[in-house]
Amino acid sequence: MDDLDKRIVTLIQAGFPVSARPYADIGGQLGIGEDEVIGRVKAIMASGEIRRLGASFDSRKLGYSSTLCAVHVSPEKLDVAVEVINSFYNVTHNYERNHHYNVWFTLIAPSRERIREILSEMEERAGIGPIIELPAKRLFKIQVNLPVIDG
Amino acid sequence: MTPSEKELVRLLQEDIPLTQAPFADLAAATGMTEDEVLEKVRQWLADGTIRRFGAMVRHQRLGYKANAMSAWDVPDSQAEEVGLTFSRSSDVSHCYQRPRAEGWDYNVFAMIHAATPEDCQEVAAKLSRQAGIDKYELLFSSREFKKISMKYFIEPGRPK
Repeated sequence: MDDLDKRIVTLIQAGFPVSARPYADIGGQLGIGEDEVIGRVKAIMASGEIRRLGASFDSRKLGYSSTLCAVHVSPEKLDVAVEVINSFYNVTHNYERNHHYNVWFTLIAPSRERIREILSEMEERAGIGPIIELPAKRLFKIQVNLPVIDG
Repeated sequence: MTPSEKELVRLLQEDIPLTQAPFADLAAATGMTEDEVLEKVRQWLADGTIRRFGAMVRHQRLGYKANAMSAWDVPDSQAEEVGLTFSRSSDVSHCYQRPRAEGWDYNVFAMIHAATPEDCQEVAAKLSRQAGIDKYELLFSSREFKKISMKYFIEPGRPK
């Protein structure tokens, strides 16, 4: 990426213009034309430097329920358990952590009932559990302007 | 949400079109007008339905290579005060109060970011002094098994 690419990325990371001709607006700020902006953004996306150009939604505002889950999995069951847990598109993050509860994942689903169903299914299919479930009671801080934290 | 709004959510969680008038293209795909789409996106940004709108980049946060999930056993009556104290730290990106569970005594969570794991421990020690809470653990991730963006309104039984 050259300097101009970096300036484009900085601009559209902070906020993509919500306007009829957004690429022309970005070009106007940088002194280049609309087509050049579109061409450069295409190339940056093709290179993988931008993973996604779009919206990150607040699950609760869309009526979804989300939760944090943890489970103890013994080493011999780990591969199967991770495969079962990850098979649900509702699981967005899943990490191994240094604790007796060694597998931690986040789950987003249309309802609390669906969350309970999914957890029961995971326990049954992977032969693990009980999975503890720790839905947020209160949110004190979420820093949303970090480039890397997505969803 | 109306069916058109849900369709707009489905489209916006993919990539914005790389065309001269991307919102007009989104409008055509949802049955809304371009002005309605622009208005809806602005409204969702204003009310927090959209948390971020723009480019999500690949690289890690510069200079913050390590992160730790810190979990704290805080008397319930102090949870709010402690949560707010942690939230003031620029090294903490997320902070939540959560229920305790079987084998899990911790009710306040703070995600700590620092240059190294040792720095994360120092940050936690400082938070401990500031909040006056001694019982806590730092959980580092040794492996990432999955990290994706959620896709909404794509399954049967989704919220009406």
